[in-house]
Amino acid sequence: MCLAVPGRITEIRDDRGTRMATIDFDGIRKDVCLDFVPEIEVGDYAIVHVGFAISRVDEESAMESLRLFRTMGTLEEELGVGPEAAS
Amino acid sequence: MKFLDEFNDPEIAKQLFAQIAEMTTRPWAIMEVCGGQTYSIIRNGIDQLLPDEIELIHGPGCPVCVTPLGTIDKALEIAARPDVIFTSFGDMLRVPGSDEDLFGVKSGGGDVRIVYSPLDAVKIAEENPDKQVVFFAIGFETTAPANAMSLQVAKRRGMDNYSMLASHVLVPPAIDTIASSPNNRVDGFLAAGHVCSVMGTWQYGPLVEKHQVPIVVTGFEPLDVLEGLRRMISQLERGVAELDNAYARVVVEEGNLPAQELIADVFEVCDRQWRGIGEIPQSGWRISPAFREFDAEYRFGVGDIDAPESPLCRSGEVLQGLLKPNQCEAFGKECTPRTPLGATMVSSEGACGAYYQYRRLEVPVEVGRG
Ligand code: SF4
Repeated sequence: MCLAVPGRITEIRDDRGTRMATIDFDGIRKDVCLDFVPEIEVGDYAIVHVGFAISRVDEESAMESLRLFRTMGTLEEELGVGPEAAS
Repeated sequence: MKFLDEFNDPEIAKQLFAQIAEMTTRPWAIMEVCGGQTYSIIRNGIDQLLPDEIELIHGPGCPVCVTPLGTIDKALEIAARPDVIFTSFGDMLRVPGSDEDLFGVKSGGGDVRIVYSPLDAVKIAEENPDKQVVFFAIGFETTAPANAMSLQVAKRRGMDNYSMLASHVLVPPAIDTIASSPNNRVDGFLAAGHVCSVMGTWQYGPLVEKHQVPIVVTGFEPLDVLEGLRRMISQLERGVAELDNAYARVVVEEGNLPAQELIADVFEVCDRQWRGIGEIPQSGWRISPAFREFDAEYRFGVGDIDAPESPLCRSGEVLQGLLKPNQCEAFGKECTPRTPLGATMVSSEGACGAYYQYRRLEVPVEVGRG
């Protein structure tokens, strides 16, 4: 849970006063809170940690990080969709 | 070279290794603070591809590892209650408390659930109004904004069945303690990039001044770690001590201001026990009085639970860079990731766990390097 993973914002909506987005992490989609990055828009890349976008990042370095998570085989684990995450 | 092929860009990696080798004239001990960096270093064999003079010391960079035994006992106590749904990041479930771990509570019938985000825990609370839902909030500064937000949301929505067992730890006081120790061997610190993406870099300048030690804010990817190391060695060889940011594509000096504001609302600084290291003054965040009603320690009256640490485990020395994991007598024998004696063995981001997973399995490492 220590790392933060970059993903692309595909949709933004309001959930009872919280700005939420669907973020695509190399094929895995997650709901993410955008309240800490108010300026971010659909199509931008954000670094996401435990369900919250904490900073913006450019596409190129986002792609690089995602490739790395793939090679390490830890993308699912970092996003909590691995076998242990049976919630 | 076996390891080099695994870098995103082996050509850049090769150049960085070459530059580092060219600059290095003397022995240096460098501590990487972030568990993600430790993982990258061990997995990619960065430590073995560096010049022999450079020693990497794996710092206290795993919040799971440093969570004190007493706090885990509190979690176990709360999680075992029949009216409670206990939620946690997956890493915490195997961390041994005095008698058992959260997995044990779960198999004994406790409702323990792994969540990806504290907001998932809030959702579970909304879906289960007749249950008390508790979230185990551990982590460094990176995780604090998320945890703080979940309490703010719970307060805003007037939820009375959501609370948090919080045990946050802070990086700058840990660096300060390690650098102040009479046994300190660390010549320079690679600070944790993702922590700084939240908190900025402004807290580190005073530490550079006070200890005359270089600090380089560094990412966790192999090439980021190499770039951080290159800048670090460059400072050390020039005999200067400065604050440098090698992760500027993510980290800005002021950090994430909305996140810092919320943290200041929900948490307050406190002294904190670090498993294996002992108490570090002003090194943690606890829930502030304004949010006390959401503090699980108060709600469930477990504030007094405390527990002595295992005398066998030497993770304190490991965490301070005074001992390599495999120099611990219990390493790989009594203590393995399946039967962890200390928290540093629990997670693959902990120093002992990372060593066990990626070092021991490749014992004839030299053969692989040709
Ligand atoms: S190997 Fe196990 S017993 Fe030894 S220091 Fe590491 S966690 Fe503790």
